[in-house]
Amino acid sequence: MSSISRLRTFVAILCLGLSVAGCGYNIIPTLEEQAKARWGDVQNQYQRRADLIPNLVATVQGYAKQEKDVLTSVVEARAKATQTKVDASQLTDPDKLKQFQDAQNQLSGALGRLLAITENYPDLKSNANFLALQSQLEGTENRISVARRDYIEAVRAYNTSLRTFPTVLWAKTVFSGSKPMAEFTAAEGAQTPPQVKF
Amino acid sequence: MARPAVLPIGRAHGLRWCAGILLLVLAAPLAYAINLPPLTGRVVDQANVIPAVSRAALETKLKDLEDKSGIQLVVATVTSLQDNDIETFANALFRHWKLGEAKKNNGVLLLVAPKERKVRIEVGYGLEGTLTDALSNVIITGAIVPRFKVNDYAGGIERGIDGIISVLTTDASEWRQRAKARNDEQQPVFDRLMPLILLALLVFILRFMMTHARPDPRGRRRYLGPAVFLPYGGSSWGGSSGWGSGGGFSGGGGFSGGGGSSGGGGASGSW
Repeated sequence: MSSISRLRTFVAILCLGLSVAGCGYNIIPTLEEQAKARWGDVQNQYQRRADLIPNLVATVQGYAKQEKDVLTSVVEARAKATQTKVDASQLTDPDKLKQFQDAQNQLSGALGRLLAITENYPDLKSNANFLALQSQLEGTENRISVARRDYIEAVRAYNTSLRTFPTVLWAKTVFSGSKPMAEFTAAEGAQTPPQVKF
Repeated sequence: MARPAVLPIGRAHGLRWCAGILLLVLAAPLAYAINLPPLTGRVVDQANVIPAVSRAALETKLKDLEDKSGIQLVVATVTSLQDNDIETFANALFRHWKLGEAKKNNGVLLLVAPKERKVRIEVGYGLEGTLTDALSNVIITGAIVPRFKVNDYAGGIERGIDGIISVLTTDASEWRQRAKARNDEQQPVFDRLMPLILLALLVFILRFMMTHARPDPRGRRRYLGPAVFLPYGGSSWGGSSGWGSGGGFSGGGGFSGGGGSSGGGGASGSW
């Protein structure tokens, strides 16, 4: 008899332990931190693009001084884009994210125009420095799209955990401060990265 | 690109989504909708464009590189990109194969898609500082594409690999500094395992106490404790976490990725 009740206690402890571990007390904070880290990657890659621009502008200027309008628009868009930052704690605010996205899209558009006019300058196009910058820019745009994809996936996992059983139990009690994070809004025309062609 | 299990969210199907989340979290390898070839060796020639002789030479070079520097460089040719751009496909394949050591992310993938006439060098996070986008581009336009244009795939790949290896091995001190560990992905796995480890310990102790409280052998026999305690199938952790220092290929024959990842570094080209 006593062995059976002992077995029962054992099973009860096992079930309790299992439910705590399996039903994901850790899942919400883990996913939240992962999503924030992915956001950090997104911002890093956009920053990387912004860092390339002064060099690019300087190189283009050397060959195409008369294209002042395009060059200034790139510089201005860059300034605006670098000012618009979204802190990891502000990710739950879709408006902030939209501002960030708009500023970056504007920069993408300006960059696209800049690369389009370079077609008219054969000397510039064969300049080694320009070619290197172009490939770096192309690589950075690709990194941005990877980082964005990773962020979207991480946010999706996190938001799902806030709304689904069993993690929703933790979300409503212990982590009641956890709010869903914003994803990027649907792609608009201006959002597509500038096409860099050789 | 969507993971099939967890997209539509519905509160009513609690348990199923519980399983879905667990699957999502524990089965870290991304379940891409793209159909990716298995990593059968250092040269995966799905498109069948590399003759056996060059293949053997390539494999020797790639193995030498890994023995010397730990860098996993893999050549892949695919029959189709399945309507993806080569950047997306290369990144998915790289992450699926987990090239490079988990902490250093020092893998490189040379992907060739003869049907789409596209080629890409995808560089792991840890090597982005050495094999830069600009250098990758120089290798593609200078060494690979001219030979691909005359249908000399083996020659182009060999020259490309030579170029990549020379870039990777000339300035070893620099890339060692830059190859920072992306630890943020490792820690949560351990966090998730921790309660299970504690629980396993608890069960072990309980079992120990129970068996020793009853020295009577018949009593001992009657109790059938849990022989294996791994509720969610242990295999999904070991494979994905890659805590070891990388490869599992030192033994003989088998070759596998070490847990590395990439984030779109490198360059693409077409011919």
